[in-house]
Amino acid sequence: MIKHIKPASLMLLFFTVLTGIAYPLAVTFSAQLLFPSQANGSLLGSNEQPLGSELIGQAFSRPEYFWGRPSATSPVPYNGGASGGSNHGPTNPVLIDAVQSRIKALRDADPSHSEAIPVDMVTASASGLDPHISPAAAAYQISRVARARHLSPDSVRELVERYTEPRQWGVLGEHRVNVLKLNLALDQRYE
Amino acid sequence: MTANGLVQITLYFVALLLLAKPLGIYMAAVYENRPVFLKRIVAPLEAGFYRLSGVKPEQEMRWTEYAAALLWFNLFGGLAVFALQMLQAYLPLNPQQLGNVAVDSAFNTAVSFATNTNWQGYGGETTMSYLTQMLGLSVQNFVSAATGMAVLVAMIRGFQRTHAEGIGNFWADLTRGILYILLPLSFVLALALVGQGVVQTFKPYQTIQSRAGNAVLPAIDELSVDGHEKHVPTQTLALGPAASQIAIKQLGTNGGGFFNANSAHPFENPTPLSNFLEMLAILLIPAALCHTFGTMVGDPRQGWAILAAMMLVFASLLFVTVGLEQGGNPLLTALGVEQSVGADQSGGNMEGKETRFGIVNSALWATATTAASNGSVNSMHDSYTPLGGLIPMWLIQLGEVIFGGVGSGLYGMLVFALIAVFVAGLMIGRTPEYLGKKIEAFEIKMAAVVILIPAFFILGGTALAVMVEAGKTAVANPGAHGFSEILYAFSSAAGNNGSAFAGLSANSPFYNIALAVTMLVGRYGIMIPVLAIAGSLAAKKTVPTTVGTLPTHTPLFVMLLIATVILVGALTFVPALALGPVAEHLIMGASATQ
Repeated sequence: MIKHIKPASLMLLFFTVLTGIAYPLAVTFSAQLLFPSQANGSLLGSNEQPLGSELIGQAFSRPEYFWGRPSATSPVPYNGGASGGSNHGPTNPVLIDAVQSRIKALRDADPSHSEAIPVDMVTASASGLDPHISPAAAAYQISRVARARHLSPDSVRELVERYTEPRQWGVLGEHRVNVLKLNLALDQRYE
Repeated sequence: MTANGLVQITLYFVALLLLAKPLGIYMAAVYENRPVFLKRIVAPLEAGFYRLSGVKPEQEMRWTEYAAALLWFNLFGGLAVFALQMLQAYLPLNPQQLGNVAVDSAFNTAVSFATNTNWQGYGGETTMSYLTQMLGLSVQNFVSAATGMAVLVAMIRGFQRTHAEGIGNFWADLTRGILYILLPLSFVLALALVGQGVVQTFKPYQTIQSRAGNAVLPAIDELSVDGHEKHVPTQTLALGPAASQIAIKQLGTNGGGFFNANSAHPFENPTPLSNFLEMLAILLIPAALCHTFGTMVGDPRQGWAILAAMMLVFASLLFVTVGLEQGGNPLLTALGVEQSVGADQSGGNMEGKETRFGIVNSALWATATTAASNGSVNSMHDSYTPLGGLIPMWLIQLGEVIFGGVGSGLYGMLVFALIAVFVAGLMIGRTPEYLGKKIEAFEIKMAAVVILIPAFFILGGTALAVMVEAGKTAVANPGAHGFSEILYAFSSAAGNNGSAFAGLSANSPFYNIALAVTMLVGRYGIMIPVLAIAGSLAAKKTVPTTVGTLPTHTPLFVMLLIATVILVGALTFVPALALGPVAEHLIMGASATQ
């Protein structure tokens, strides 16, 4: 039994060097060479003063911006340093209350709008950092954003359509709208 | 089920089946030390490892020796992870200056990663330094996976050999699994993932400066649910060498995330394509090992039969999960929420799910990650509909044999195959045989141990937790769902899965210790009897096939095997599941109609 101690400790040492040091370094080196932007977080804007990551959502709540999914991260929503979902079960009263108050916030911001609200606008994402909303959720918000910016709904709709991403390769995933990119485009074009 | 959903799922199955066969045949060649194309590059390194550690790779080990070598190696691995966590504050590569990990949490995590469970009681980006993630967790991702594969190969040798004492050399099986299989696959997958946006850097976390008042970047603020406005001056983006770890966490059925949100985090899984590749990686090696088994026992049909049984159970449960989640939450429909499935939204139960994945890819992942003992998540299982969450939990409780962990899934399934031929033997009154080996009292006793141990610890652990205060206070959701959280935690630990109904605050001394013990028993309490079976089989003679032999490559046997797995799983766990998910489902239905 004792004779296994030497190979066990040495093998662990070698595999630590190989898979714990050489492997991540080799991947980092190749990644920084081949995909420098992606490897460093897909930042938007300049490297010195990035505006955000196109993969990480930000918390928008002013009426002139499209809002993203509700975020359950703590202590603030869209905390990129501590990701996570709500983990509320489907029958948890806390979930039902949260959905109700999200519905109220959406209705209050746009009282003229009485259609049913797309589910992704009132449910927290898994990561708390979801950068996307569904096209239905974007469409729901067009009237509010247009009014707040004194624009015609059609011009906002046109921009939303341009920022609607199709399924990858036409098959994979879901249709979606990147909220940060859409809001940046709104600002760039209209202010 | 939408047409596109069906296309995505079909694409997944086709890609999996196409890749599994060549990989399986390649792995058989690696473990039998036949020439493979990587040999020219890797063989000198391999030889160096053996020479420096004083190992003779051709030296056969008896099953007891094999087990001893394995246990020493895993013990040292666990101790290394433990030590790194206890000392990380004093060690380099800790740009966020994270402190040392609490002792009970460090113990839990060390056990968790050494046993290929990768249960995480902690939040990755707020707890573990880059050094701990690399030298501790990443390394265990490789070696714990290779350990499981080694035990499988040893078991297959038990069927191959006649009147043999040894079942192979653990050091050679371990080394070959890493050098020829896990490491090359991980390198390729890691780079593909970075191309999609998975981060891979040693820079500290990126801070985004808010420029409130500046038109370009709006103030990052949010009206919180209770009406207080929260102003956040900056957004911090956690980064790190994630892609290299994520590649092996999927390929090695490990599942421990670099970040807290695991594969739901956009930096771990940014696009539908990265999601597809990661899901493929989850089932790739477990599926391919079925072909390795068929090749090594000299009858590919035997491998196909096992793979068919796994696929059938997996596919049927997958469609149930997708359907249940697309159905949505009736309590939200009552509030006026639009949950219908359409082209402009995936609809359904979107709490705890990401927009880019929608329902289909979330449910597919949840089913794959629990069928395999992977445990990474791209959606939060705790927020699934009651029955939608029952399926992943039950897949774990079936013993992690529908694909299961790399190596461990197939050796678990082969134990069920022994039970199946035993049951068939009882029915027709013949001594059961499997692959030319007589299955006798010793093998069946060991098989019974393998099946009873996880069940005992899942049900016993849950019972203990609901009786003590420390167990109950950790629950996040009231009522039946809270019970489900506890049952899921012990199932996940015993099955070495690692996924969670994550609302449970399991980072407490009670859960850290109770779950660590469950993980240890769930791993080694199965591995050791399996190695004992391997040793016993290798020593037996091979009996010739006669007309009275039950063929084990036919649809009939596939059905018998499925029935055995399902019956054992159902009889053992239906009462407990009735108290959790089933009760919650009935309550949900009742309150929705009020």
